[in-house]
Amino acid sequence: MPADEPLTPPHGKHGKHGKQGKHGKHDEPARTEDAATRAQHAATRAQDTTPSAQDAPARKSDEAPARHDGGGSAREDGNTPARKGGRRLLPARPEGRRLHPVTPWRRAWAPLAAVLAAVAHDVGRAREWAGHLTPGWVLLALGVLLPVAAGYGFLSWWCTSYLLTDTELRIRTGLFFRRTAHLRLDRVQAVDVSRPLLARLAGVAKLKLDVVGTESKDELAFLGEREAVALRAELLARAAGMAPEEASAAGEAPSRALLRVAPRTLVTATLLLSSAWIVPLVVAAAVTAFAVFGAQSLWAVGAGGVPLLGFAWSHGLGRVVREWDWTVAESPDGLRLDSGLLDRRHETVPPGRVQAVRLVEPLLWRRHRWVRVELRVAGTDDDESGVLIPVARREEAAAVLARVLPGVDVAAAPAAARPAPRRAGRCVPVFRRGYRHGLTDTLFVTRTGLLGRRTTLVPHAKVQSVRFAQGPWERRNRLANVTVDDGAGGHATARLRDEDEARALVTGRRR
Amino acid sequence: MTSRTPRAGIPDEAADPAAGTGWRGLQPALLPLRRLLLLATLLPAAVACALALALTVGGLWPVCAVLPLAAAAWGWGALGRNWRSWRYAERADDLLIARGVLWQELTVVPYGRMQLVEVTSGPLERRYGLATLQLHTAAARTDAEIPGLSPAEAERLRDRLTELGEARAAGL
Repeated sequence: MPADEPLTPPHGKHGKHGKQGKHGKHDEPARTEDAATRAQHAATRAQDTTPSAQDAPARKSDEAPARHDGGGSAREDGNTPARKGGRRLLPARPEGRRLHPVTPWRRAWAPLAAVLAAVAHDVGRAREWAGHLTPGWVLLALGVLLPVAAGYGFLSWWCTSYLLTDTELRIRTGLFFRRTAHLRLDRVQAVDVSRPLLARLAGVAKLKLDVVGTESKDELAFLGEREAVALRAELLARAAGMAPEEASAAGEAPSRALLRVAPRTLVTATLLLSSAWIVPLVVAAAVTAFAVFGAQSLWAVGAGGVPLLGFAWSHGLGRVVREWDWTVAESPDGLRLDSGLLDRRHETVPPGRVQAVRLVEPLLWRRHRWVRVELRVAGTDDDESGVLIPVARREEAAAVLARVLPGVDVAAAPAAARPAPRRAGRCVPVFRRGYRHGLTDTLFVTRTGLLGRRTTLVPHAKVQSVRFAQGPWERRNRLANVTVDDGAGGHATARLRDEDEARALVTGRRR
Repeated sequence: MTSRTPRAGIPDEAADPAAGTGWRGLQPALLPLRRLLLLATLLPAAVACALALALTVGGLWPVCAVLPLAAAAWGWGALGRNWRSWRYAERADDLLIARGVLWQELTVVPYGRMQLVEVTSGPLERRYGLATLQLHTAAARTDAEIPGLSPAEAERLRDRLTELGEARAAGL
């Protein structure tokens, strides 16, 4: 019976899609399915359901919440007209579990913000326009726009679903342009649950999936909090190679806390950062100067100052809020990072995928022997470094790093770094004192920075290519630079080394 | 392919005698191709410059058209030096690519890290009997490229590199 379509158990394999590529994304053309074609599909599905039927009992426990939250009522609404007229009013609901019904509201604020931004941008024009507004227009706008927006929100939620099969997670989205993302479970690298502030209030969470070979992260927003955690646990267990039946029963893998950044340490460390002072000061000075001398109206000051204040926020207090209660825990899936005062973020750093590590030591942190640890992980785009530890004592950081880079002696790295030769001062006068480079059995180590230090560690096993570069003036002084590219698109440069040393480095000790 | 002895001024220690293969240079046909491109841009530029200046300002100004001509003359020699500086060597475990006259660069790509080896040949290159080999690793910055190979050599290299890459493939 075609009208029962949404009731079909989510594990049913859809004959049509199952044969498409295993991973990657497909843009499906919009299709309007009438009852006849749907019946056909239902038939093909009935045949295809059998192979995956054995894992049905295992997943039942997980389906229960999905059906409870909103699924029940919406399903009734959708099917009533279909039963009456033989044709559906609503488009075909893709099989699979549904997102949390709060989801359509998440973009509700966007048009409002756009209007506000337009008003702030050009106050005079906005006032002029407001003069033309009559109650009739306002009513018309509200009467037309609101239902349209609400309808669109509802329909896009209606058309979005996810489905966990034996081998992959399928996410279907799109009202007009259907898109199906097939994420192969054995390629899942990380699954992060994040809870933005508003979502926290609503009791929902966002699930972000990092899959090898895809450019952007796919996300499921929003799921009920318990559902999100359960799905994350199951995905990770399946990604680790557990059988489906065990995976759903396994629950969250146990984790052991390795490090927790005390609020006091975090606040002190942030205050000791020069950027925490300089950026807000410069911004405040700029805004004041603008307000006193240049500005015609308060609006203009606001329009100019708000982005600057946002910038200042992200360097000062915002940093504390973001990195509040930073916890690093060890679990079989990798290192878990939890952080945030308002928005709680949960990240997983998969073991063995770390390509490079950077230790940052600002000048004023050195007395406390504090470092900040940043990672470059394969699969993440560009050279945006993820933070592993916002601030910790060096020994603590080394202990955590030992888990991230198994078999690598991180503690020996700083000692191995030797300064650039004295004559390097002829190429780079003062700063050459900060240039250091060294090799250990497992690591390529470089350091730069005279006051604040940055040490980059690249394991030899992750080096993709090595480059020797020498300009004319460097050749005169018998100096050269050696650059190492890691697998995450980053690089580390040992600057101004002795020419012979550099050449031996590039050509000599290759595996 | 010509096998040449390294010139003075270019590092030759990089060649590994144990590997048995020396440095190889690029096809001589690459030089006329590049010089043709140089003249094809700078000569019209000189003519256009002279015409524009003669029609607008007049006087002695059209003499400024000598500048593109001087650039072409300098470029003629520079292209030759640059062509001579390009060399590559296949060693037991990695491929070396050296290039540059004033700013010298030597790139080393281990066979095990190559993910994709690409041979391209544009219309002009085909006319001159040339092909370009490009290596891709997991690092986007690795832009190891060898221009001006003969198509046969490019294919031989591609097959050999792919084969060696498969044999020594190491995971990320």
